[in-house]
Amino acid sequence: MTQRYVYVLAALLTILGLSVFFYKWQVLGFPVSEDLEMPVWTIESAVRFKSGPGSIKVNLQVPALTPGFRRLNENSVSRGYGFSTNLGGGGREAQWAIRRADGEQTIYYRISVYEDDSVDESDTTPPFPPTPNINEPMRTAVDVLVGDVRDQSADTASFTTELLRRMNDPSPDPNVELLLAGINSSAGFVDVVTTMLASARIPARMVHGFPLAGRQRSAAFVTWLEVHDGDRWLYFNPVTGDESLPDRFLVWWRGNDPLVKVEGGSNVQVDFAIQANQLDAVAIAETQAAQLGTSAVDFSLYSLPIRTQAVYSVLLMIPIGALIMVIMRNMVGIDAFGTFMPVLIALAFRETKLFWGLILFTLLVTLGLTIRFLLDRLRLLLVPRLSAVLIVVVILMLFISMTSHRLGIEMGLSVALFPMVIIAMTIERMSVVWEERGAADAIRAGLGSLAVAVAAYTFMGMAWLEHLIFTFPELLLVILAFVLLAGRYTGYRLTELTRFKELARN
Amino acid sequence: MLSTAKKLRDIGVLGLNERNADFIMRLNPRRLYPRVDDKALTKDLALKAGMAVPDLYGVIEHQAEVRDFASMVTERDSFVVKPAQGSGGDGILVVTGRSDRKRDSFRLSSGMLISEGEIQHHISNIVGGQYSLSGNRDKALIEYCVRFDPTFADVSYQGVPDIRVIVYRGYPAMAMVRLPTRASDGKANLHQGAVGAGVDMSTGETLQGVLDDLLVEEHPDTGVLVKGLKIPQWDFILESSARGYEVTGLGYLGVDMVIDAERGPLILEMNARPGLNIQIANCTGLTNRVARIEEIFDAGASPADRAAIARREFAA
Repeated sequence: MTQRYVYVLAALLTILGLSVFFYKWQVLGFPVSEDLEMPVWTIESAVRFKSGPGSIKVNLQVPALTPGFRRLNENSVSRGYGFSTNLGGGGREAQWAIRRADGEQTIYYRISVYEDDSVDESDTTPPFPPTPNINEPMRTAVDVLVGDVRDQSADTASFTTELLRRMNDPSPDPNVELLLAGINSSAGFVDVVTTMLASARIPARMVHGFPLAGRQRSAAFVTWLEVHDGDRWLYFNPVTGDESLPDRFLVWWRGNDPLVKVEGGSNVQVDFAIQANQLDAVAIAETQAAQLGTSAVDFSLYSLPIRTQAVYSVLLMIPIGALIMVIMRNMVGIDAFGTFMPVLIALAFRETKLFWGLILFTLLVTLGLTIRFLLDRLRLLLVPRLSAVLIVVVILMLFISMTSHRLGIEMGLSVALFPMVIIAMTIERMSVVWEERGAADAIRAGLGSLAVAVAAYTFMGMAWLEHLIFTFPELLLVILAFVLLAGRYTGYRLTELTRFKELARN
Repeated sequence: MLSTAKKLRDIGVLGLNERNADFIMRLNPRRLYPRVDDKALTKDLALKAGMAVPDLYGVIEHQAEVRDFASMVTERDSFVVKPAQGSGGDGILVVTGRSDRKRDSFRLSSGMLISEGEIQHHISNIVGGQYSLSGNRDKALIEYCVRFDPTFADVSYQGVPDIRVIVYRGYPAMAMVRLPTRASDGKANLHQGAVGAGVDMSTGETLQGVLDDLLVEEHPDTGVLVKGLKIPQWDFILESSARGYEVTGLGYLGVDMVIDAERGPLILEMNARPGLNIQIANCTGLTNRVARIEEIFDAGASPADRAAIARREFAA
């Protein structure tokens, strides 16, 4: 019965802990690993134009679907203009409107994105494009070319590659020459290619975007070709015909709509500036969470004052130490003094570092034990005896600090970080065991305590674990669940396998 | 490693985790612990239940009573002074006789002479909590000194050999004889280096021994074979230990008995957390026997019935 309650409770705690964890990790994007900084790219577009006499309306294509990138925020700086964004044919359009404006106008639109591989093309599958109306003699050229390419290709991808190869041939055949007559821009070229693909009933479109790299004062668009093979969109380099996408390619808009339309203005000019910043991954996640309107961040430890955060980053490791303690005691079966003594010693090791921690601890306990045995002759009662040991421990710590300072070993000063009450109790327990069970048992349990302390220290000192628990404190519920289960673990301890080896032999 | 665990599981070896979680926590309610932790109370309860215990000559509870010590033992030449809540045999003084010339000078089991004043000081220490593990005030018991039966004389090095019986819900499940060695300093505690010898439950004959988790054939100090010794009054021992369940109410109990040359088996103390090495001494695990007891458990069975069942079921 109890057993079942424990299982149910442990399962509930695990599910709760893990689901909050997954939500924060997958949806809100809290980082599980420790590289706390992520590049955030800010792209600013400035639309400049001369205002006309009447009302002004400005439409600018802005990013909608951005594979490989997630939008952190966007904003617009435009004095006096009404601002809205709408979904349009090529994706999303930002629209500014004003009744009347004078002189030179500048409208800024700024968007910040960060890399996130989980964002992929979630666009719908397009219908087969209608056969485009093309006039003769273009029509024949297209038909011949499409027919030739079809003969030399197997599927959509190889068709596209072959088509692009022919179109880019330095010594083109006459059909290609005819089709490309008068085309002088990359966008125009891709436009012709999409038309040809459409006549082969292959859905294709232009993509315009920026390869994000460093700081760019005035970034130029790169036009790329997107082809749908029935399952997903493929990207093709229109110049080489390779199926690829430039590194960190941010898709700004798709299709052949113009980037900007200005009604009631003239001399329109659009400039793009790109800047990379390093931003705390946690800050990004919190912004993300705020956008989603979730309360998960309200309970984030990152919202606490920095000083308190520092305290908690240590405190949250204590459950890890307790977990190690449970495993070492109940599953491995190592003898140790005191339930949590090794964990507290491990905490002290964090400050002293392992090597000096071990030396100082051994020194302190050895000296303390010696004096405890001397005290034993006085036959003191328990509480006065414990107090005497405690005072001796404090004096010893002082002594060790003074001596090591004299000798110039500054690490010796950190002996003050050991929990003196715990050390005093350890010395007392050790001396009792020493008398009752003999020196061998006492030293074995002493070494066991140190071994557990070192194991706890190792885990409690893992930076990624500390980050993980601090960012996702709900994982403590999972640890709690494990400890509950361990509390009902009735299997053998590892050391019992050796203890009962005589029985296993027969 | 897993195969070892599986093998141990197959022969029903009880591990510490299982003992603590499934036996002690389930069967031994905390409130019953004083009945076994305080030897004065244990003795009192056992006497009321009609069990044989070493006679109690007197109890000293307060410092003021320490000087009454001499009057308690005027009639006696040998006696034992022990703390009621001591552990591991600490603080026990075994007086085997008096000096021929002076009545107020006592001879200890080691042969040393000790004055009445020194014994009083020792008692005063016991009362002050010197030997009680918790450090609390304690009582000093002055009781009959067991003249132990010669059966185990050849396989004991000084000290008092005793018999430990594990009693599960009133049914004796497993037993061993604990033989003091030089290393155990005359104490019958396996942790301190005593030899434990398994016992065939049906015949009361000793089996092989265990020393520090290893099987041994002979006593390490005397070199005499441990195996094949017949424990006298085995029936009575089983029945007395079965009765320990009624006395203490503890479902998982270790009953420690000694065999006196004249008075037969006497209950020395009982233990709410008996150790697990008894399994090595018997070359078998406890869980199988416990499972069998659960099958045949009958709340109405008398201690004698339960002892008989143990003899019938748990032959080696």
